[in-house]
Amino acid sequence: MTPSLATHIAFVVLAALAVLSGWRVFCTDSMVRASFFLLLSFIAVGGIMILLTAEYLGVAMFFMMAVEMMVMALFMVMFMMNPAGLNPMKMVHQERVAIVAGVAVFGVLSAVAVLGDFPDMPLPAEHAPVISLGRELLGDSMLVFETAGVVLLTTMVGVVVLSSRRGRYGRADEGSVPPGLEPGGEPAGRPKESEEEKGEEGGHAHQHHH
Amino acid sequence: MTLTTLLVLAAALIGIGFYGALSQQSFVMLMMGLELMLNGAMLAAVAFWAYSGAGAPEGQLLTIVIMAVMAIEMALGFALVVAVFRAKQADTTEALSELKQ
Repeated sequence: MTPSLATHIAFVVLAALAVLSGWRVFCTDSMVRASFFLLLSFIAVGGIMILLTAEYLGVAMFFMMAVEMMVMALFMVMFMMNPAGLNPMKMVHQERVAIVAGVAVFGVLSAVAVLGDFPDMPLPAEHAPVISLGRELLGDSMLVFETAGVVLLTTMVGVVVLSSRRGRYGRADEGSVPPGLEPGGEPAGRPKESEEEKGEEGGHAHQHHH
Repeated sequence: MTLTTLLVLAAALIGIGFYGALSQQSFVMLMMGLELMLNGAMLAAVAFWAYSGAGAPEGQLLTIVIMAVMAIEMALGFALVVAVFRAKQADTTEALSELKQ
């Protein structure tokens, strides 16, 4: 496999895009913007996979990550204090340790990449990656593939159980209060409803967290 | 585009993801750090497949397994975030001092 000049240029652009957008994920104010930066990073890596002639994986990456980041953006809006980036915010802890650890991981792994002696066996020119992947998935590695499917099904069941409101020991949100508008503040929303429930069910909404 | 540059790029993605997973307070941002690390792992797997595996299909298979792991991580992570949020009204790691209700 001898890459052309256009491939090299595309690789440099995509590599810069992947790293820069990956870095911006943790710098940007807005959580939704952060999830779109992560999507950009994934798409750049998908593009590099296509350059490496792993077309199936690259395209699968595009579709999978587009959907995944949409879900992530939705969750951001649901759970984050600052979904739209209206106020500048930075939510980090132990930042110095984290920076040192990240740089150390990068240093060690790139030392392995630079100093390591890997076998030089590039793709043969007549190799058909998608066909060979299909043969592998539905042939020799059928068991691996099917196991992944069963694990995904198990995950789906587990996720439904975990996020269901009604569990084995009663309602999942029993005893909880709506979150405050500011940390530690008065509960926001549903005040009337919780009052009524308190009257009916014997006052379970006492559990305030500080 | 050589194996070394690809692996250095993967190392950069893994390093940034590690920084994010360690430093972010919010659960969802923490998961984004983990995903970035898996992104680098996938890139490294494909690079090895293309440059030093003589195109053995197991390299692509490994990448598909990592993709499945990513989907599982995200689905379970979000379910746990929902469960923790219901129980404790917490969306940051520091709001939790114990896992038991």
